Amino acid sequence: MTDWQSAFNEFLSTDPTDVGCDEAMRVLEVYVDLVSTGLDAAERMPGVAAHLKACGPCQGDFTSLLDAVTDTPH
Amino acid sequence: MGDVATEPDIDSAQWLATLRESGPAHDDAVARLHGLLLRVGLRHAHSRAAGTGLGGPELDDLAHQAASDALLSILRRLDSFRGESRFTTWAYKFVILEVSSKIGRHFWQRAETSWDEPDWTQLPAAFGASPEETLAAAEIVGEVQFAVAHHLTEYQREIFVHVVVEGIPLDALVARLGITRGTVYKAVFDARRKIRKHLTETGHLAQKGQHHD
Repeated sequence: MTDWQSAFNEFLSTDPTDVGCDEAMRVLEVYVDLVSTGLDAAERMPGVAAHLKACGPCQGDFTSLLDAVTDTPH
Repeated sequence: MGDVATEPDIDSAQWLATLRESGPAHDDAVARLHGLLLRVGLRHAHSRAAGTGLGGPELDDLAHQAASDALLSILRRLDSFRGESRFTTWAYKFVILEVSSKIGRHFWQRAETSWDEPDWTQLPAAFGASPEETLAAAEIVGEVQFAVAHHLTEYQREIFVHVVVEGIPLDALVARLGITRGTVYKAVFDARRKIRKHLTETGHLAQKGQHHD
């Protein structure tokens, strides 16, 4: 399998536990606070973790929110 | 998770108290929150702007607008804060989602995407195929087209083509069609699952856990 085929194969793979964008964004701040305090957010909210792994825009929002709480005053 | 209100931490309770009262303390808190939202919005805007053609004063202006819009939303929705996170984490989410949405809308000001027949030959290139690999991929691309035509609903077909074949950013499609990000994602998710099933059944893709050289 070539690299592009592997990438396409990976893209087509879906995780049935993936909660989707709306639910992931609804609880994103809770997930981010778990991560930022060193707790295992993926274990507590596996459906959100599965979604963030598969959805580029939500992953980008997650990264920015995590950066914000890490580098910005509370 | 997300359905039960909990007692906010001390910092969050202080934010809520000062934002709910009136007078100089309220005004100071609003100004301070706006400054924080702007800082977060600017950083997110610059991280999201790659490939959008946005930059400079235009991008900064977008972040300023997002911070102002987010501030208004937060002040209107203070009662919906349930204490499950820090107040600032909850608040920063508003400006991040606002920036993402505004960048999605901006896409159409510069886009050259047409709504005509999609160029399926570019599908492999979207996943990193070289020109030679793209030429050699006609069979699998044909199978994907077959799956799209015969196994997807019309709606799934439309969304899949826009997002995956034409490469329209998800948030741009959200802005164009006036639907949620979740609706677009779900359509692509279901399309991915159906296409994978077809490719597996026709021997073009390995079953999970198998190698396919």
